[in-house]
Amino acid sequence: MTLAMTAIRLALLGGALAAGLAAQTGKDSCVACHGALEGSLAEPTAAFQHDVHKVRGFSCVDCHGGDPTALDPETSMSRARGFKGKIDRRAIPELCARCHSDATLIHRFNPRQRVDQLAQYRTSVHGRRLAAGDTRVANCVDCHGVHDIREVRDPLSPVHPLRLPETCARCHSDSDHMKGYGIATDQFEKYRRSVHWEALSRRGDFSAPSCATCHGNHGAAPPGVATVAHVCGSCHAVFENLFTKSPHKKAFDELGMPGCVVCHGNHEVAKPTMALVGVQPGSLCLNCHVEGDKGRQAAEFMRSRIDELATVLDGSEEILKRAERSGMEVSPALVELSGGRESLIRAKVELHGFDPVLMDGSVKKGLEIAAAARRAGEKALQERDFRRKGLLLSLTAIGVTMAGLWLAVRELERRSKKG
Amino acid sequence: MFRRVLGWVSNRAGLDGARDFLKHKTVPAHSGALWYYFGGVTLFLFVIQVLTGMLLLLYYRPTPTEAFESVQFIVTQVEFGWLIRSVHSWAANLMVLTALIHMFSVFFLKAYRKPRELTWLSGIALLFLTLAFGFSGYLLPWNTLAYFATKVGTDMGGAVPVVGSFLRRFLRGGEEVTGATLTRFFGFHVAVLPGLTTLLLLAHLALVQKWGISSPKRQGESAPAMPFYPNFVLRELIGWYGALAVLGTLAALFPWELGTKADPFAPAPAGIRPEWYFLAMFFTLKLIPSKVLVFDGEVLGVLVFGLAAVGWMLMPFWDNRSENERRHRMLTGLGIFVIAYLAVFSVLGYWG
Repeated sequence: MTLAMTAIRLALLGGALAAGLAAQTGKDSCVACHGALEGSLAEPTAAFQHDVHKVRGFSCVDCHGGDPTALDPETSMSRARGFKGKIDRRAIPELCARCHSDATLIHRFNPRQRVDQLAQYRTSVHGRRLAAGDTRVANCVDCHGVHDIREVRDPLSPVHPLRLPETCARCHSDSDHMKGYGIATDQFEKYRRSVHWEALSRRGDFSAPSCATCHGNHGAAPPGVATVAHVCGSCHAVFENLFTKSPHKKAFDELGMPGCVVCHGNHEVAKPTMALVGVQPGSLCLNCHVEGDKGRQAAEFMRSRIDELATVLDGSEEILKRAERSGMEVSPALVELSGGRESLIRAKVELHGFDPVLMDGSVKKGLEIAAAARRAGEKALQERDFRRKGLLLSLTAIGVTMAGLWLAVRELERRSKKG
Repeated sequence: MFRRVLGWVSNRAGLDGARDFLKHKTVPAHSGALWYYFGGVTLFLFVIQVLTGMLLLLYYRPTPTEAFESVQFIVTQVEFGWLIRSVHSWAANLMVLTALIHMFSVFFLKAYRKPRELTWLSGIALLFLTLAFGFSGYLLPWNTLAYFATKVGTDMGGAVPVVGSFLRRFLRGGEEVTGATLTRFFGFHVAVLPGLTTLLLLAHLALVQKWGISSPKRQGESAPAMPFYPNFVLRELIGWYGALAVLGTLAALFPWELGTKADPFAPAPAGIRPEWYFLAMFFTLKLIPSKVLVFDGEVLGVLVFGLAAVGWMLMPFWDNRSENERRHRMLTGLGIFVIAYLAVFSVLGYWG
């Protein structure tokens, strides 16, 4: 123990000497001292070199207090000079908010930066629990980092869109940490199988949703049963609109079922396929609808009509492509056919109104386009056959003429030899 | 009655003299005579081009907003428009092919020798005009491939030493390939080139008539001959019918593709290449490094091609002693090398 204390005193002495040197050169004595130390006491100085606050001209004293101009550690880290030491977890949100809730200060650096993070945080589950004394919940530094805070757009930031799910998962996938909260710990695992993660990570679409998109960031709160359709609808507005007007809306509300996630799931939103719709085994409609009810009939009808349109469109395209491979110019018909594909997409969207009449309008339009394209393809193939027959006739006539000419030449030459 | 009308026409038009001329005109009939028919076939294809070109003019509109659509209208809506357009495109390619065969047959039979130097020169000029027809006509449908190939082609023109930048601007009607280029190429294709070609063609035919068809040196003056009319004319007619059969088959079974409309703001699609008859030159220029010693690679390439073309054109003047057997063999070897180079580099250019 005595040995350890001696070592710390020696280290502090070394730091003081460094601080003295720093004072002579106009440097921050916190950085000079801690930079000369080892282990966890030195870590902040190294990490802080890349911190956005350092880049913007802030230093240790702005959070920890003290006097960075004093050479003596006893003075520079004295309570009298406002030194706070290690910040208590419960005090962190307020400490950050001293600057981040000050619009005059923050907008000097970024006019678009919001200043309501603390207000938001206080409404979140994290904020409310912290206020209640639970220090295990996340606060500012758990997500943004402590001494190595970077801008959100910096790929190394833990809250960069690509890294945010992993950052949330540091706590939410840790079953020990989450013990006692009564929520699952498989969200991250499921999310990484979702179309949203695929869009975000593989396609690099930073607008694709991750945890904060649905749950909020500073005001993190789980969306309730009644609001989940609004959460999805913030991106999928057309679907939300259709669902809100659909018969399912009322039924789901009465049964206490959340909207979109009933069929699509929440964290593990898979790529939707037509296999989800209809009355065949594996269809989601069968989870609620039974033999003979109207909903089941509607599901069967809508699925069959969409299948019919897809099949007819494929058939028309196949004929047009065959004509195209034969050298026929069918590009206008192929362009027209793409209108039929749009009708199919529209019908699949309108399916979310769960109204067969509404959806069938698009199906009928698509079928008309497909039929016209098919007629154009068949006409092109007939034209191709006509050309080939014409060619055969022409070649026959040319062949006969050439043979006749050849015989005439032979006869002429035979006569001239004789003569 | 018919005989009386015919007699009157013959009398007034002086057909008796023409008939008399045809009766006495002969052409050589030796083992290599078959190659001479390619000149006639090239002429036949030129006539086809003129006729189908005139028909296409009835519907074609040479503006960037209408060119593609007008060709699309021709091939989809106009009765037999597809046939006319396809025949025009295929005949253009066959014409380049038969003109090349005609040129090489004249080369190997040494038919360019004195006194037929001018016939050779006018023939080479006609070949260049045929290539210019192909190059200018390729852009007219204003489709993606044609647009970018014209960009590449006119860029090659820009690599000509000294006058390159002027030549590129002149061809494009500006700095870029635009509607001005289309209008300009249309003008070249339907007015300037046909006028020049007709004049040169008449001169070429007059020279052929003046000096007659050449016989190989080994045949001497004792080469067997056949009457021009009807024997040679009927044989030529068989060749023309053969060309018509090939042309019809290609046009009906492989209608010339229209592609997609050119979008000057779109990036160039992969695999852009010029027409097959420019492929060898295109591929060679691609192989030349950007810098060769102190020279710009492309400029050097174009310069070498230009000098080679001039050398080839002036063949009758520096090969005035091809009766020397050794020199004769050397020139034949050169001809074979040129054909092999064109064939191999065209194939490599197509696949590479």
